[in-house]
Amino acid sequence: MSGTGTITPGTVTEGPAARVPPTERPGRAYWAVADCLTLVRRTLTHYARKPVNIVWQLGFPIVSVLLYGYVFGGAMKPPGGGGASDYRDFLMPGMFVMTMAFGFMNSALAVVTDTEKGVTDRFRSMPMAPSALVSGRWVTDLLVAAAELAILALTALAMGWRPDGGLAGGLAGFALLLLLRSCLIWVGVWLGLLVPSVEAAGGLYAVAFPLTMVSSVFVAPSTMPGWLGAVAAWNPVSSTAAAARELFGNPVGSDGSWVQDNAVLMAVVWPLAITAVFLPLAVRRFQRLGR
Amino acid sequence: MSGWAVRVEGLHKRYGDKAALDGFDLAVRPGTVHGLLGPNGAGKTTAVRVLATLCRYGGGRAEVAGVDVAREPRRVRGLIGLTGQYAAVDEGLTGRQNLEMFGRLFHLGRRRARSRAGELLERFALTEAADKGVEGYSGGMRRRLDLAASMVLTPRVLFLDEPTTGLDPRGRGEVWDAVRALVADGTTVLLTTQYLEEADRLASRVTVIDRGRAIADDTPEALKNRVGGDRIEVVAADAADLPAVARVVARVCQGEPRTEVGERRVHAPVADRVAALTEVARTLQDDGVPVEDIGLRRPSLDDVFLRLTGEKASA
Repeated sequence: MSGTGTITPGTVTEGPAARVPPTERPGRAYWAVADCLTLVRRTLTHYARKPVNIVWQLGFPIVSVLLYGYVFGGAMKPPGGGGASDYRDFLMPGMFVMTMAFGFMNSALAVVTDTEKGVTDRFRSMPMAPSALVSGRWVTDLLVAAAELAILALTALAMGWRPDGGLAGGLAGFALLLLLRSCLIWVGVWLGLLVPSVEAAGGLYAVAFPLTMVSSVFVAPSTMPGWLGAVAAWNPVSSTAAAARELFGNPVGSDGSWVQDNAVLMAVVWPLAITAVFLPLAVRRFQRLGR
Repeated sequence: MSGWAVRVEGLHKRYGDKAALDGFDLAVRPGTVHGLLGPNGAGKTTAVRVLATLCRYGGGRAEVAGVDVAREPRRVRGLIGLTGQYAAVDEGLTGRQNLEMFGRLFHLGRRRARSRAGELLERFALTEAADKGVEGYSGGMRRRLDLAASMVLTPRVLFLDEPTTGLDPRGRGEVWDAVRALVADGTTVLLTTQYLEEADRLASRVTVIDRGRAIADDTPEALKNRVGGDRIEVVAADAADLPAVARVVARVCQGEPRTEVGERRVHAPVADRVAALTEVARTLQDDGVPVEDIGLRRPSLDDVFLRLTGEKASA
């Protein structure tokens, strides 16, 4: 490989072997995983250096829980009747879903920050596995999302949230929440490569907000005007919310529509469909950086 | 073919309707700093991006250390370092964590990545700030960390794309020192810059690029000689004295003096610099012509640049 060794810079400590980048030695699959993990460690180190960042990130859902749970909560009735504490039981799974749904903003911001700073180009000019840039983002964001869910769930329990769907139901509920987050990572990566700058990425909130709110996160779609209710009911966010409520044993507020009655199924189908569309889009967008 | 650290022939690259590279040629000798000089939008960054395997090109050929960029991009990536226009380091990590991460991604393995990070921090005078977050680094420190990150594998060819843009003079000096040290170790540097002074100070050879083509390729000295040699310059105290000044200059120097009335300036080419200067100064004093300033001016690369691009524009 190092055939024409005309130039041999001096300060490599390890001698001539160090000249050959050891990329090919253990095989590409090995490095695809190893490089992915290095990038995961990178973001986890960010949080380790500034743990308070994760709290900032959770600021919005936690404030929302407090607002909807205590400020508006008294006036809210869970679908199917009940008091403020029943509304909180209805609200909490919705809060989890909203946090997962907004998570695509974190993915998009991370991607656009790296692109804008030239870090993405640096990675692309290195002999690392190119797939790690995408897979690293996915693993990292899922891990962070799991941590966020854990913190939110503890907060919710402290506020009197009582899931009674059993351990299996609880785990299945959290799995569906992460499945939603997983498919939105691809949306986030795609958007992050699409927007020109970090500042422009802030504008994504304007899109994210209605897309998340027009759903069953806070209220039952049946309380909305007919057409809006239909949109809300078919919103993928609603399917995950309804499925999580069902699995956690919280009030679901079903209006008897097909989407709601098959919420668990749809909470699997929607994310798979979104992944099928946006994973290829994100990867293609990534490859287009080289144009 | 090989023997060149970088060899580019007839490179073409289009963005939509615009030709970013339009038959660009470049040959860089190993172990040197080669300047790539041109105005904004001339194609400097595009050329570097092609060579660093960051973007594909339309036509022509590009080799780095004898390896074809289009055919074996992965191999090229193991031979190069890149420092782009922004300090491409992770602000959320410390300097050491950055270099260890890059070392792992260069597949050095944990232990070697760690020891290499330590070496580089020391070499780029960052040991003291090694465990501080990069967000607190000065511009010059970031640049040095950026350079260090490009040096993890001791690349054969280092691409420096406007490495001192936005730095204060001190930061610029720090980066220049670092670049000189790299070349002393045998790394070849391709340096793009808009600062002619920078190319003049660092590069042993300069390619001038304009509108995607190389319009000149020579040593900085030879390029300067192309615009002509030294000139003597006299600024008259009063515009009324300009004809008198011009007469004196014409008498002493062999070339035709030129007068710029607006700046009250007379200048002419000279052969023997010092003799001409003393002679002009003495004659002006003897004739009692008051002057504001008198001096010798060597052509700068700016002059070269304006001349070359100007010629192109009028051609």
